[in-house]
Amino acid sequence: MKKTLAEVVTEKTFLVLALSAISALVLITVFIFVQGGPFITTQGLGGFVFGMSWAPSQGEYGIFPMIVGTVCVALGAALIGVPIGICCSIFLAEFAPPLLKNIFRPAIQLLAGIPSVVYGFWGLLFVVPFIRHYLGGPGLSILAGSIILAIMILPTVVSISEVSLIALPRTYKEGALALGLTHWQTIYSVLLPAAKSGIVAAIVLGIGRAIGETMAVIMVLGNSVALPESILDPVRTLTTNIGIEMGYAAGEHREALFATGIILFLIIMTINALAQYITRRR
Amino acid sequence: MTLTTKQEKFFILLMCLLLSACSGQRQDTLIVAGSTSVQPYAEVLAEEYGHLRPDKIVDIQGGGSSAGIAAAEAGTAAIGMSSRNLKGGELVLWSVEIAIDGLAIIVHPSNTLTNLSAEDVREIYTGSLTDWGKLGGTPGKIHVISREEGSGTRSAFEELVMGKDRITPKAIIQDSNGSVRQLVSSDSQAIGFISLGLVDHTVAALSLDGIAAREDKVLDGSYKLFRPFLFVTLAAPEGSAREFIDFVLSPQGQEILLQEGLVPRREEKP
Amino acid sequence: MSPHVRRQERLAKGVIWMAAVSVMATLVFIILYILSRGLPVISWSFLTEIPRSMGRLGGISSTIVGSLAVTVVAIVIAVPFGIGTAIYLAEYTRESFITKIIRFSAESLAGIPSIVFGLFGFIFFVIFLNLGWSILSGGLTLAFMILPTVIRTSEEAIRGVPYILREVSYSLGANKWQTVSRVVLPSAMRGIVNGVLLSIGRCVAETAAVMLTAGSTLRMPDSLFAPARTMAVHFYILAREGISLENAYGTAALLILVIFAINVGANILLDRFMTKGR
Repeated sequence: MKKTLAEVVTEKTFLVLALSAISALVLITVFIFVQGGPFITTQGLGGFVFGMSWAPSQGEYGIFPMIVGTVCVALGAALIGVPIGICCSIFLAEFAPPLLKNIFRPAIQLLAGIPSVVYGFWGLLFVVPFIRHYLGGPGLSILAGSIILAIMILPTVVSISEVSLIALPRTYKEGALALGLTHWQTIYSVLLPAAKSGIVAAIVLGIGRAIGETMAVIMVLGNSVALPESILDPVRTLTTNIGIEMGYAAGEHREALFATGIILFLIIMTINALAQYITRRR
Repeated sequence: MTLTTKQEKFFILLMCLLLSACSGQRQDTLIVAGSTSVQPYAEVLAEEYGHLRPDKIVDIQGGGSSAGIAAAEAGTAAIGMSSRNLKGGELVLWSVEIAIDGLAIIVHPSNTLTNLSAEDVREIYTGSLTDWGKLGGTPGKIHVISREEGSGTRSAFEELVMGKDRITPKAIIQDSNGSVRQLVSSDSQAIGFISLGLVDHTVAALSLDGIAAREDKVLDGSYKLFRPFLFVTLAAPEGSAREFIDFVLSPQGQEILLQEGLVPRREEKP
Repeated sequence: MSPHVRRQERLAKGVIWMAAVSVMATLVFIILYILSRGLPVISWSFLTEIPRSMGRLGGISSTIVGSLAVTVVAIVIAVPFGIGTAIYLAEYTRESFITKIIRFSAESLAGIPSIVFGLFGFIFFVIFLNLGWSILSGGLTLAFMILPTVIRTSEEAIRGVPYILREVSYSLGANKWQTVSRVVLPSAMRGIVNGVLLSIGRCVAETAAVMLTAGSTLRMPDSLFAPARTMAVHFYILAREGISLENAYGTAALLILVIFAINVGANILLDRFMTKGR
């Protein structure tokens, strides 16, 4: 069938529309780098990334404490959220009666829809006072942030792990059960290893979400710029550094925040690429 | 007609909108942006002004003192709000003091201390004094709460209390007067500083060197922690900016600010 | 089965049930807490009055309009682009270098933190295009943010349309565009709408990106170029600055109701879509 002119035009139109995602990514990359790049060049990448002191009014821009803060909070969130998330995905894929499944799955989706500010506020009302009262310190802490983020990354971890568990051929499970393994032994020694790449991707994406979250953690982390000494200390992450100071910044200070954005952007892109690589390899 | 041509028309329309946006937007709106400390008062002023002059629209935006001053300089805002004195290159701008605001050092109401010396406050904020017990209060770690870089309240505090010393990096940072107040009201070991006009029953304002943090003490000059609230414009204001500033400086405008807990401005400098 | 194995089996099952129950309990607790404090605040005047003295008094009408406006702008821009991309990927091309880049871009966009979208929107729309803090800036920024969601869900929906339908259409003499627009898209509609609904939810819930791009004025916006405060931003400011906890709870309850409605709607659509697809 020969393509008419109209056909060609529609096809090209769709191609142009399809380029929107690429252009969006390029635009974002370019504008963030143009705004923050020169700052990093003049300041020196090493001095910026490994600098210990963040005091813009003194012209000191070091974000190392925030990188440490980001890593601590994200790891904390993963430590709490990942085991619970994987348990939930096993529950959904293997244990839940159909009725519960039909309630639980939308509930997890709803968890993803609740505005992050609501989580932050809830954390401020319940988690922070709890930590202050029972564990000491100001309550605003790595631990508080980790707990809130653990809840927030659950939907990501649960849904992706569940999909990879469900996608396994039925024969895996049937074979294992036929060999006399119990249900849990089957899950533990056959299904989980077989779904490993999907679950790892889920964890990586979950950590990515934890690193990228801003509003909820501004409310519960305390945002101090010193290196934390314990999980009960307040910290600042890369995202909260931007969120808390962006509205107030001008000139070099603003460029420094865009530079913070660049570092955050690079970390997230690496994590994304890693997750995509893991998923593709399957 | 297909979906695509509809879309094309839509995007042509959109582009026109974008272009028109670049030329003549927001002409009849007066944008006032800057200090989040001044913002609540400016909003009340704008609300009253709206009753008086329904034809004028005054838009109050936050952003912080530094951003507000920069916005006035760049013309993004007609008027910038600042809660600190202008410094360095900013001094070329036109500015007027609309009121004075005290800076209160606040603690939890259950805190047994009622007075601190300026020296004590400085040592608490440099991080060298870390226990309430050393000051005669109930022993316990002091949770130091400060504001973020760029905040006028913070730079006023640094100027008036810290001098050359720096605020400890371990200080918890909150990005508004309200959130400092809220945090202090919920933590019996916390200390913070906020705009005097915003002190309420949930927190206790400490006396400084024996002088109570009250409006009258600010007015007679005995309470040392205060800073000006400024309106900043690129050049001497004209038109609607002038009218709004005149309203703010009028007895009616000053009365509103007084009722909201600020100290009326001093005589205008020549 | 040895007692050891049986014990292990019971333990594992117990832990998994416990995890599921505790997650459910947390969700129910958060939602019920906010609703129980917030629903009593919601009234007709709360919904229709403009906030006064920073939101301490009055209602939240201008923030509802703000949320609605930025969401509409975002959807109107992102949906045509998103669906167009999905149609291209699913119908008009084979897997190639270009589709790989498109997919990579979409997946990367999906992972970018909203604060980075906020930074971008601020420097690009607010400053560079000189749109100022406005509904348009906020909406366009959100459009960038939800684009990958629209692309992914639409592509899945389009690919879910049985191939046989297309064959039938072609055999009846329809050309490609006719097939896509009259056969494929209608069959995929529920899945696409589901994705759009989820995107609306994201727009309504977003705070960081809109705060940097749409401003935070409480005035009722009167044009696309006017700044606006959305419900989520309003809640953040009310709660954080302790201006009025009562109104904060009211706003949060309304937000949760909206999100809940969107999710329920999306699920109903999805269920029908699944049963219809099978």
